[in-house]
Amino acid sequence: MMDANVLLVDDEKAFVETMAKRLNKRKLNIAKAFSGEQALEHLSLNPKVEVVILDVKMAGMDGEQVLKTIKNRHPLIEVIMLTGHATVESGIEGMKSGAFDYLTKPCDMEILIAKVDEAANKKRRHEEKILEASIREITSHRP
Amino acid sequence: MNKNKIWGRPYYKSLTRNIMLTVIVVSFTPMILVSLVILYQFKTSYHEKVNAHLEELVLKHKQNIDIFLQDKTSDIKILSRSYGMDQLSNDSFLAERLSILQQEYKDVFVDMGVLNEQGLQVAYAGPFKLKNANYHEAAWFKKAIKNEVSVSDLFLGLRGLPHFIISARQKKGDQYWILRATIDFLSFNDLVENIRIGETGFAFIINRKNEFQTKPRVDISSEKELYKSLLVKKPEKFNGVQITIEQVGRKTKSVYGDEYLYVSSFLKNNDWLLVYRQNTSDAFSTIRRSMSLALVILIFGGSGIIAMTYLLSRRMVGFIAKSDTEKQLMNQRMVETSKLASIGELASGVAHEINNPVAIMVEEAGWIQDLLEEEEFSNSENLDEFERALNQIKAQGHRCKKITRKLLSFARKTQSNNHEININDLIREIIEHFKKRIKGSNVTMETDIKDPLPIIHGSNTELQQIFLNLINNGVDALGKTDGIVKISAMDVDGQILIKISDTGAGISPVNLDRIFDPFFTTKPVGKGTGLGLFICYGIIKKMGGKIDVDSVMDIGTTFSIYLPVNDKKNEKNL
Repeated sequence: MMDANVLLVDDEKAFVETMAKRLNKRKLNIAKAFSGEQALEHLSLNPKVEVVILDVKMAGMDGEQVLKTIKNRHPLIEVIMLTGHATVESGIEGMKSGAFDYLTKPCDMEILIAKVDEAANKKRRHEEKILEASIREITSHRP
Repeated sequence: MNKNKIWGRPYYKSLTRNIMLTVIVVSFTPMILVSLVILYQFKTSYHEKVNAHLEELVLKHKQNIDIFLQDKTSDIKILSRSYGMDQLSNDSFLAERLSILQQEYKDVFVDMGVLNEQGLQVAYAGPFKLKNANYHEAAWFKKAIKNEVSVSDLFLGLRGLPHFIISARQKKGDQYWILRATIDFLSFNDLVENIRIGETGFAFIINRKNEFQTKPRVDISSEKELYKSLLVKKPEKFNGVQITIEQVGRKTKSVYGDEYLYVSSFLKNNDWLLVYRQNTSDAFSTIRRSMSLALVILIFGGSGIIAMTYLLSRRMVGFIAKSDTEKQLMNQRMVETSKLASIGELASGVAHEINNPVAIMVEEAGWIQDLLEEEEFSNSENLDEFERALNQIKAQGHRCKKITRKLLSFARKTQSNNHEININDLIREIIEHFKKRIKGSNVTMETDIKDPLPIIHGSNTELQQIFLNLINNGVDALGKTDGIVKISAMDVDGQILIKISDTGAGISPVNLDRIFDPFFTTKPVGKGTGLGLFICYGIIKKMGGKIDVDSVMDIGTTFSIYLPVNDKKNEKNL
């Protein structure tokens, strides 16, 4: 499996730094953003990002707003919501808005890695299907 | 609320008293005023009626007596004029005339006599030996010689018996002579005595000297002073005619302290006064009876009003007290609900704020653990100790997470949904879950559920959480010893009562008061958060119910949950 390109978004700088180091150590390509606005900017500049790990409660744009914007602009990118404020209701809201999954802080690293892999695979499969569909469409139009 | 407690409170006591006083004053004042006015009018008109009746009676008798005296006087006058002194001076002739008169008037005439101008009785017919008796100095003679006809006052005279004399004066030559007759006192007395009304009414006659001219039925000599004032009044003063009736509706105190009514009228040319005397209580007995009856009705009616006022005011104050209590309870519940909501908000905030630093701590510990796995640290002699410490940090981090999750779940309870719930289905579902869990263990689960039970309104998840918490606590209380966890459900006084009891070690009295406090637990560190019962308490209170606990050491513990059956109050609170 290819190493997933992950964007880690949280306004807790210490958390982002440590988590990034740990995920990097586990062969993931980690980019960091410390606010929703930064995350959206990063995504617009780096189309290779496959998975976003997004904190729900942040100063400025909160996680749910960022999620909706990401899904609007980059529908193929998978988002894993990560929060210290996990509730069933907010989880359902997140899933409705298109989040891949929902994890609570502090989360188990192995579970997070597994979820990231799952999300990245899903995105890749999705991209492959789109690619195949495009090829089929091109070939079917050839005389 | 305890009724004795209500009436023991000064506010309700004074409220009851004020309501009673107001109602009594408002109802009694017009009643008493109307009664007094009616009584006054009735009394006045009745007095007028009685007085008019007595006035008529006395007037009639006065006329009778006057006619009686006039008749007798006329008879004597005619005799004296018809026969002259010579003929009448013959004793046997006089006796014949007396006999004729006695036959005519029965025994009214006692005797007759003829007197010359010097007062010597020259002829006499009658039962006494009074011929040649000299009346020259007698008062009646002095009066008789001066008047054509006269009637004397009552006196004893020579015979020593009460009597009075009527006389007619004639002239023979230049000398006056008198024909006199003695009137039987008893006959005259009967005439006056005939006036009898009621039990105490009787009449008598007094002369101008305030001497009795008839014998009163009872001894009233002690009242003589009173009659002087009656005698002072001149007849002319009242109606200016010759025959005058003095109608005196006078009341005075007798020596015995009774009140008497005197009606008097002058007769015999104003020489005598006919007095009718009657006890006022006798004369006005009808009005007294009416007043007594009215008083009895008033007392009974008043007592009834007071009793009803007392009962109604107690009832009203009871309603007010009940409403106050309900209001107080509602306020308490609102305060508790708002307190729970505040705690919920606080818990939510705290959970979030704690989870972030805890997450960082756990991640840092994870990072150190990652680094320890590097080769340069693998030979460190303290590697195991580092790993143990890091694992402990992670474990405690996850413990914090567990606590904050419970806090968050508590926060969520303040905004729960309201559904119809069949409590029996819910309990059975949970019991099934537990039966699987305790299969093969030392715990026996028993149920005693009344079916069907009324539907209640609430959150299914919340109620599940309550029962799961309490049953779980019961199972934990048994530990490794054999025991029973029993769940019973029934409806009691419009509420559903669910009892969850265990035969475990019990809760010490010291801990019993604190078991619903947040973060209080008797379980080993790491096993209980101390939030389970606190959350249960919050949910039950929010539903308008209550939770009680009874526990005896080494016997067991019973939690009793009372949940209100579906009603508007319950719905409003949820």
